[in-house]
Formats: sequence, structure tokens, C-alpha cells
Amino acid sequence: MSEALLRLQGVTKIYGRGSAAFQALRGVDLSIAAGEFVAVMGPSGSGKSTVMNILGCLDVPTDGHYWFEDLAVERLTRDQRALLRRNQLGFVFQGFNLLPRTTAQENVELPLLYRREPAARRHGLAREALAAVGLAGWEHHTPAELSGGQQQRVAIARAIVTRPRVLLADEPTGNLDSQTSHEIMELITGLNRDKGITVVMVTHEPDIAAWAQRVVHFRDGRVEREERQ
Amino acid sequence: MIWNTFLLALRAIRRNLLRSFLTILGVVIGVASVITMVTLGDGATRAVSDQIASLGNNLLTLRPGQRLGMGFIGAPAFKVSDAEAIAEQIPGVRAVAPIASRSTTVVAGANNWTTSITGATVSYFDVGNWKLTEGRFFNESEERAGKSVCLLGQTVKRELFGAQSPVGEEIRVKQFACEVIGVLAAKGQSAMGADQDDTIVMPLRAVQRRLIGNTDVRAIMVSVKDTESMEKVKRQIEQLMRERRRLADNEDNNFTIFDTRQIADTLTGTIRVMTTLLGAVAAVSLLVGGIGIMNIMLVSVTERTREIGIRLAIGALERDVLLQFLIEAVVLSAFGGLVGILVALGAAMGLAKLMQVPFLFNPGINLLAFLFAGAIGVIFGFVPARRAARLNPIDALRHE
Repeated sequence: MSEALLRLQGVTKIYGRGSAAFQALRGVDLSIAAGEFVAVMGPSGSGKSTVMNILGCLDVPTDGHYWFEDLAVERLTRDQRALLRRNQLGFVFQGFNLLPRTTAQENVELPLLYRREPAARRHGLAREALAAVGLAGWEHHTPAELSGGQQQRVAIARAIVTRPRVLLADEPTGNLDSQTSHEIMELITGLNRDKGITVVMVTHEPDIAAWAQRVVHFRDGRVEREERQ
Repeated sequence: MIWNTFLLALRAIRRNLLRSFLTILGVVIGVASVITMVTLGDGATRAVSDQIASLGNNLLTLRPGQRLGMGFIGAPAFKVSDAEAIAEQIPGVRAVAPIASRSTTVVAGANNWTTSITGATVSYFDVGNWKLTEGRFFNESEERAGKSVCLLGQTVKRELFGAQSPVGEEIRVKQFACEVIGVLAAKGQSAMGADQDDTIVMPLRAVQRRLIGNTDVRAIMVSVKDTESMEKVKRQIEQLMRERRRLADNEDNNFTIFDTRQIADTLTGTIRVMTTLLGAVAAVSLLVGGIGIMNIMLVSVTERTREIGIRLAIGALERDVLLQFLIEAVVLSAFGGLVGILVALGAAMGLAKLMQVPFLFNPGINLLAFLFAGAIGVIFGFVPARRAARLNPIDALRHE
């Protein structure tokens, strides 16, 4: 497994304490190679969102190990994990999570702002990223002026504008109709295929998961089974 | 990065214009009142020192009796010879002016006016720091002869002659006529609130002979060469007067020496204490303004939890978020400080006019109040900003 980009080993996660404690993950081993497109499936409460948060360095395991290449993420500080997110990861959420009353261009520039990129380079990269998701000409529209599919495209542009190695998508099509979902999945698959971005996607829809090369099924905080397609 | 954060803060403030305005109102009022109080205090201090200076520089005034305005019975009056003795025997004295005065009604044509008539020597104009607007002062031969000539203060001139020039005209003082030879420049109110321009000046002998009927001197004004020797000169005059009035060692002085500078110091000291007190009260409202900012920033952080979650998820460090909200608070309070300075400028100018004190722009207090407002932003913005920075990104993203 030396070529693994992301590796979970014996990861457990417990929320709360004492009698209110809830064990979301009960020992997860998972390995994702660079350039893979992996879908994570499972019923609600199966732990798939928790594993996404841990893979996304938004949360830390209660126990077990998470290696990002050879970096032990569970040992990193909050700010070090933020830097990892900033430089290596891109996020796409079900609810798009764009800043309201802020143009598409500015939303996409946001991660570059935190990378201290100079203004001219920010503008150029953001325009490029928006063009790559098919939104050239929509730079100055705010989320309220865009359709759901367009908003998700802006979110994807924001996620890839920093040229991340891993794209983490949490129910990226959850709020979209099937036609738009199809377009978004084509876009994500294209990014994986053409740019070699590793994609990890959580979904509960089998036909969305079908776009991935590998599907990991979760149940009761454990990996139930995996299938390659 | 700071510049971008600054722009971001401006945008957040613009988005909620009314709320931002109400938020900074406390700081505006605080800063404006502090600056207004101090500016007016400065003006009042200046007004008092100007009035004292208008009495004459380095001035000592001798009066018989022991308390201000309460010459007690049995305290002998001064004579002109006392003034001459001071001028001759005390080193460091620039000029000595004995004066006598009496309040009486004067008539010019159909107008009459009750005023104080001061009998003085030529040196009085110099010692008392008087200037002319027209005509001339009387000279020494007129003084020696006790000639019936007079100079009018601005108030007397206005009451008796209106806008006309009184020079060359005659006025009647009791039963004798007096030729007006000059008009004195205005001095305004004295530090005690009396109208210094409500006066007529005549040669001392004329007043003594024709109006009062004795050779007493009501007060002796002494102008001292330099400020440093004031105390020394004062002591020497005291010694000299005790000798001339034949006071035994165990007797108290039966005269008083006033030092205008001392009076000025006392008055300006009082004003300074008042200014500080009022300024301190105003500073409390600045503090209250800071609490207003903290309140609104806390609300803002709660409202924008999701935004904070997004920023943290895409790689904002704790300090990026902390800085964002801190700068927003500082921009708010600094803007409040700026508006407060403008308000204070207008208020202080208006009130200075109303209170008849000069408007003195004090850059120090303006800068201080502005910096204080900024510091209020840092102090009261810190808690909300830290709360924002410490949010858990997952919880923040789920926040509706």
C-alpha cells in the first residue's frame, strides 16, 4: 500500500462523553490511491459523513491513524490541518456553501486570498477555474442570481482553483435534479480523468456512485464491503 | 492580506448600514463629548489668561485692608507718596500707577450713564495695558495740573455717544465739565466677570480734587520687570509698606498685595479640574460605546457562523478569522472616532461662540480620542473575534 495517498488505519470516532457518547466509527481501515475516484455509500448514521470529515482534515479520529501520504494527520495542530486543507484539499458540499451576496469570481478567489496570492494572479486563476467548469461570462453574478447547478459549478471551481490533489465531495448532487446531477458528475469525472485529481465522494444514490471506480459501503461505523467497477 | 481584510470589513459594514451606524453611535458620542469638553476647557483657560493679560503683565495690585473688596475700617488709605516710594526704592519695578476711583453719573447731551471714574497717572495706561482706538492719552503736564480731560471706555462711549466720535466733545461729571480727548480700546470682561470697558479715565488729581475731595489713593498698581522677580518684588513692597505704615512686628498687614498671575493660576487650575472631570465622564460613554460594538460583533459572529465555517474549511487559519473580525470591530470604532471628531469640531465651534470663549483646535486630544476609539475596537472586538476563530468548522458549516 505504499502508493496510497490517503490511508486510514483502525480509525474510531466517539462523539460526546459518558452515557451520551455515540460511536460513529468503530475501526475503519481504508486506503485511497492517488488518482482514484472513490464513492462512499451507506445509510444515514453509517459513519460515511464522519469519515469524510476526517479525510477532509476537518475532524480528528478519537483513535487510530490517518496518513496523508506520510503525514500523520492526527498529530497535526488545528492550524496545520487548515494549511493541509488550504494547499492539498478541495471541498464540494451538498448545500454549495458559497458566500452569499458575493460574486462567483470572489467566491472562487477566496482560497487564493488565504494563500496570499497577489490580486492579478487571483483574478486570472479564478477566471480560468470558472471557465473550466463552463461558467465563463458568469463571473460577476452572485449565488442568488445563479441556478443550483451553476452554484455547484462555482463551488467546484472554488475547490479546484488551488489545484488540489484531493477533491472531497459530500453529496454534491443532493440538491440537484437528475439532468443537472449528470452534468455535475461529468464535470467531476472529467477532473479526475483529465487532471488526475483524486476524488472522494459521499452519496446515498447508487446511480451517482456508479460514476466512481470504486464504491466503499459503510454500515454501523465500519466498512461493510468494497466493489470495483 | 490586511488590505483585503480591511476591504472585507468595509463590505460587511456597508451591508448593514443602519446597524453599523447605530453600533458606532456610542463611540461617536463618546469621542465627540470628550473632545468637545477638552476643547471648550482649553478655550476657557485661554479666555481667562487673555483677560488676566489684559490687566497688564506681571502686575501687583496693592489695596488697603485685608480682603478682596472688604477694606476694613481703620485701614489707612495709600497716598501718592507711597507709590512714589515704591517706584524709587524697589529694584525690578517697571512702573507704578496709583489710582483713585468713584462711581458717578455722567451726562452727555440727552444721555446719561452711571459708571466708574478712575483717576490715574500717565503710567496707568502702560501698567494697565490700555490701547487707544482714537484720540490720545493725557500727558504729564495735564496730570500735574489736574486738568479736566477724560478718556472713555468702549461701553461708556457707546452709551453716551453711540456710533459718533466723542473726541473733542464735553461731558458733565457731577457739577464740572470734562473734555473727551480719547477712547480706550475694548478689553472685554475681566476674569471676575466685570465689564472692564465700563470706565472713564481722568488725571488722578482731577478726580481727587473735584470728585472725591481727598488725596487718598484707592489702589497702587505695580508692573514688575520680569516674571521671575515677582515674588521678590512682592516681598520687598510688603516690607516697605509695613515700614511706611509703621506696623509693629506682631501686627498683621493692613493692606493686601494681589498678584494677577496667582489669580490666573487659581482660575485656570479650577477650569482644568472641571475639564478633566467632564472629560472623564465623557470617557465613560466611550466605554459604553465599546460595549455596544462588542454586542453587535457577537451577533454578527452568530449570524455569519456558516460563512466562518466555509472560510475555515477552505483553509483560513484561526488568526485569519480572528483578524477579519478584529479589523471589522476596529474599522467600526475608528470610523466612529472619525465621525466623533467631526461632530466635536462642529459642537465645540458652536458652543465656543455661545460661551464667548476662543475655539482652540487641540490636535493632541483629537488624536488621543481617535486612538482610544481604535483601542476600544481592539479590546471589545477581541472576544467576538476569538469566538469566531475558535468555531469548529464542521459545526459552523452545519449551522443554519
